[in-house]
Amino acid sequence: MTATATALAGRHLLGIADLTADEIGLILDTAEAMKEVAERPIKKVPALRGKTVINLFYEPSTRTRTSFEVAEKRLSADTLNIAVATSSVVKGETLIDTVLNLEAMHPDMIVLRHASSGAGHLLSKVCRARIINAGDGMHEHPTQALLDAFTIRERKGRLAGLKVAIIGDLLHSRVLRSNVLLLSKMGADVWACAPPTLIPRGLERLGAHVTTSVDEAVRGADVVMMLRIQLERMEGNFFPSLREYFNVFGMTPERVALAREDAIIMHPGPMNRGVEIASEVADGPRSVILDQVTNGVAVRMAVLYLLAGGGDGD
Amino acid sequence: MEILLTGGRLVDPANGIDGPCDLRIVDGLVAEVGEGLAARGATVREVPAGTIVCPGLIDMHVHLREPGQEHKETIASGVAAAVAGGFTAVACMPNTEPVNDHAGITQLIVARAQEAGLARVYPIGAVSRGSKGELLAELGELKAAGCVAVSDDGRPVATALLMRRALEYASVFGMPVIDHCEDPTLKGDGVAHEGFHASRLGLRGLPAAAEEIMVERDIVLAGLTGGAVHIAHMSARGSLRAVRAGKARGIRVTAEVTPHHFALTDERLEGYDTNVKMNPPLREEADRAAMVEGIADGSVDVIATDHAPHHYDEKNVEFDRAPFGIVGLETAVPLVLDRLVHPGTITLARAVELLSVNPARILGVAGGSLSAGAPADITILAPDLETTVDPARFRSKSRNTPFGGWRLKGGVAATIVGGVVKYVNPDVVGADALKW
Repeated sequence: MTATATALAGRHLLGIADLTADEIGLILDTAEAMKEVAERPIKKVPALRGKTVINLFYEPSTRTRTSFEVAEKRLSADTLNIAVATSSVVKGETLIDTVLNLEAMHPDMIVLRHASSGAGHLLSKVCRARIINAGDGMHEHPTQALLDAFTIRERKGRLAGLKVAIIGDLLHSRVLRSNVLLLSKMGADVWACAPPTLIPRGLERLGAHVTTSVDEAVRGADVVMMLRIQLERMEGNFFPSLREYFNVFGMTPERVALAREDAIIMHPGPMNRGVEIASEVADGPRSVILDQVTNGVAVRMAVLYLLAGGGDGD
Repeated sequence: MEILLTGGRLVDPANGIDGPCDLRIVDGLVAEVGEGLAARGATVREVPAGTIVCPGLIDMHVHLREPGQEHKETIASGVAAAVAGGFTAVACMPNTEPVNDHAGITQLIVARAQEAGLARVYPIGAVSRGSKGELLAELGELKAAGCVAVSDDGRPVATALLMRRALEYASVFGMPVIDHCEDPTLKGDGVAHEGFHASRLGLRGLPAAAEEIMVERDIVLAGLTGGAVHIAHMSARGSLRAVRAGKARGIRVTAEVTPHHFALTDERLEGYDTNVKMNPPLREEADRAAMVEGIADGSVDVIATDHAPHHYDEKNVEFDRAPFGIVGLETAVPLVLDRLVHPGTITLARAVELLSVNPARILGVAGGSLSAGAPADITILAPDLETTVDPARFRSKSRNTPFGGWRLKGGVAATIVGGVVKYVNPDVVGADALKW
């Protein structure tokens, strides 16, 4: 049984944890139709005409914020961006008060990026507007996982049965959590790899094989997804130096050779070249890193469209 | 004034009593205990059917927030919550503003408690000035002003050397050192028990090892010095192992467990309710089960609430920004009766040991028994009362509890301090007869 087009109407998107495999399939299918819009001479459809979407970003973000904004504009929504530095947060207002004030202006959706895990859950209890989680702390980044899945499906034609290796700072990564949840729901064989200092406790229970061996993770993989290593992690003694990290865990052409011949290389960005990934790999023929960015717009259009009730009466 | 309490089952483990027994109160003291006592001019009061008369319960770990944080709790509201929860006495932690590291602050607390006139309040003084972990506070002055123990609660006694000195020096005054055990470097900026649920929810972890390491340190130092250490709010199974081993070696170590650590696990983190954020955090099932086992087998000495009131506004924020702690005074008795006594894990007599006998012994305060001559501090329990936890009815100024809406079997019928009835539960049939 597949999810009906109205399955997501009126809901929040707080995490992949709340979605069924059918609902994920629906979003990905809808994104295919949306992707076609970007190829038209006039890249705009009226689906969200008269809807107001607020992009509320409490953390710096270029890619995700721009991607949402482009998606909203292509759907003809009225959008506005609020960045933390210019908001009243600096005056000591609480998150709830800020959002209740925004809500008094009757937005239909709020796209939220926040440094605290669960920030979206907190707001979903007090807001009428639908909340789309654009990354909450170390918890989830659902639209990233959806665009990753879309990109994999586009290249491989499927998700089930693929070996996906995810390598990098697993501990602090919301992209990791959303991807493990999504890919395991869709039947992929997920391998997560990091130094032991950067592996969250109990990750296996989320649906991933866990290893500290890059070779084991990559061997025979259909997809190799690298995660960003934040430069400040050295100070926490998670690893001794960027140089050593790259030598032991970085993705080099030699290590890529262990993957399947047709394996694709992914990265959610921003990349640290020469830390988690060598430039030859990032810019190589197997890299789909920029496709991920392109697909991000289509996937976010699909999410916005479906949550807004698009497809009613189909 | 002479009162004869009749018709109750008296549970007084310190005197080996568990059965039908009358109790005569004269001038605020227990005068006589026995079956079928004659009125001899006393006012006779029959306790409600099915209730238990026991020595007054003592919560040896509460935060009354006064002075300095009266928006969370005051001494008056805190002791009102105490008697409503069946506690005739509480020991309050020194992490007020300013810290209770000085006799003047202790005297203020004692005076406010006397004005409130409900539960007895035993202040706990700071180990170090400002609880900063550097210089010892004037423990002798604190003792003289009314402190019964010392602690830097909210944080651990900072260094092994300071702990050693505190254990040595406090022993002069017969005061135990109560420690909030947690290695600060391992704690880091954690907000929830390091385990599957914190990982899934993206919450920074507080490993059980942070507690266990400090418990081990304290026990070694208690052994070295001969001082008495009391482990506050123990939550990790490794800590229990250390306490058991320490006791077996004859070291003076005692430990308390909170109701939330025997009733809840870190599964409750799902949904990011800030009322399940406390420190130590809710741990995993193996830890919870170990705490219950320790409570049953005697390794755990005390059940204490770590009553930590916080204002609604302070808790109504992102999970990682909310302060640690929950209120506990008004839910402890129902949780002990429902979760431990009714399932048969412990007897009522053992519950009274954990909630009255042992806290009185560890702190060296009156109470813990109903011997003739003891103050008439009495709690009357209604073990079969069906209760629903309703935070709106709390006497505490704060409502930060994860137990709202819980239906529990067991409650308090009345609380008597110094022979004076301080609380009667209107939900208990026949309890009105206790008002005098």
